[in-house]
Formats: sequence, C-alpha cells, structure tokens
Amino acid sequence: MKILYFAWLRQRIGVGEEVIKAPEGVTDVRTLVEWLRQRGPKYTEALADIEAFRVAVNQEFGDMDTVLEGDEEIAFFPPMTGG
Amino acid sequence: MTIRVQQKDFDVGAELDALSAGNTNVGGVTSFTGLVRDIVGSSQSRGGAMTLEHYPGMTEKMLVEIDAEAQSRWPLEASLIIHRYGRLEPGDRIVLVAAASAHRAAAFEACEFLIDWLKTKAPFWKLEETADGEADWVEARDSDDRAAQRWNSNG
Repeated sequence: MKILYFAWLRQRIGVGEEVIKAPEGVTDVRTLVEWLRQRGPKYTEALADIEAFRVAVNQEFGDMDTVLEGDEEIAFFPPMTGG
Repeated sequence: MTIRVQQKDFDVGAELDALSAGNTNVGGVTSFTGLVRDIVGSSQSRGGAMTLEHYPGMTEKMLVEIDAEAQSRWPLEASLIIHRYGRLEPGDRIVLVAAASAHRAAAFEACEFLIDWLKTKAPFWKLEETADGEADWVEARDSDDRAAQRWNSNG
C-alpha cells in the first residue's frame, strides 16, 4: 500500500510518501496506525493522538474502522485549513 | 462548472466575465475572493507569507464533489472554484468561488455554500511564517466547522 503524509505529519515523520507491505494483521486503518507507531519514535509521536489527524483511503475520507485490502492509497493529514 | 487548482494568480474580472459569457439565462453572478492577511494566528501578531500545501488528486476530487452538491441544491447556470497553492504573500489572492444563476438568491447562497464546504472538506493546509522566522501550521477553526455544518440542516 501507498501511504501519504501531509502538513505537520509529513514534517514530524520526515517523509511525504512511502510504499509499504503491511503484515497480515493490518486489516483496517486502526491496525495500520498501530503498526506504523511501532516503526520508530517519529511515527509514534506523529500518530499518537487519533483525534489530531484525519485519514483518507483512496482519496475518500475514512476513519479508524475503514477496512483495508492492502493495495490502497492511504493519506494521513491534519484537519483542513484551506480557503 | 470550472475547477482549477494552480500556483499562479488569477484575474477575478476575467474569470467572472467568462462565467456568464454567451449565457443570457444568467441574471446574477456572486463571488468570494479569499486573500492572505498579515495577522497571524491567535497571537494577532504581524506575519509574513504563508505556504499552502494540498493533496493533488484528492483536492480536485473533493472540489468536484462540492461543486456537484451546489449544483444539486441550487439552479445554477455556472459555477467556479479556483484555489491556489504554494507560497503566497499578504494581500495575495488564495481562492475564488463564484456562482451564476437566473436570480440572486440562488447565486448568493450557492457561493456561500461553496466556500463554507471548501474550507472544511478540501485537503489544503496553511503554513504561516511568523515575524521571528518560525513557521506554524494553521489550526482548523471550530467556527469554520459550524459554518459548514449549518448547510446540513438547511439541505
């Protein structure tokens, strides 16, 4: 799956985009976030508070329960501030 | 409908002229132009430039959805959303939304709807440069959420 990070999530994690192969236990956004947090202190810190960021799966808004098959584009970002 | 996400500036007059050109069903055009202010965050200090980041692909998709929602709610002859990204200075234009309709009420309401939904649903983020050389990500405002939500009950 392809994972994108925007705004302060990108800055804190230090990468804007990465392609990963998640382990079998990753079946939804919640388990993906839990797995990502174990990848290092930058991930742990950036993804610590699930209230602080939003998620999109294949460019549609999702939530912690959105199911993942493994070939999605998943994006993590703060609440939007355009306009 | 016209939707553009671009780095370069736009000419408000030319864009609004184009919106109704050749369509004499249009009785009124309303527009909102968003500009970069030089007041930063809650500290109300004087700021500098800002950089707008977005999610290419999803941004355009969300703007199309927002525009389609406006078209379904009001009898619009034409609509327009232009949003810039990249580094912008105070006074620069950020966004232009416009709605054209036979009568003014639909045009006014649709224009307000477009900017209200855009602010909370289109994936843009502002990074503000402060006077001391730092840069802070702008936090989403509850008032913007409330402005977007009021259209849910009116729908």
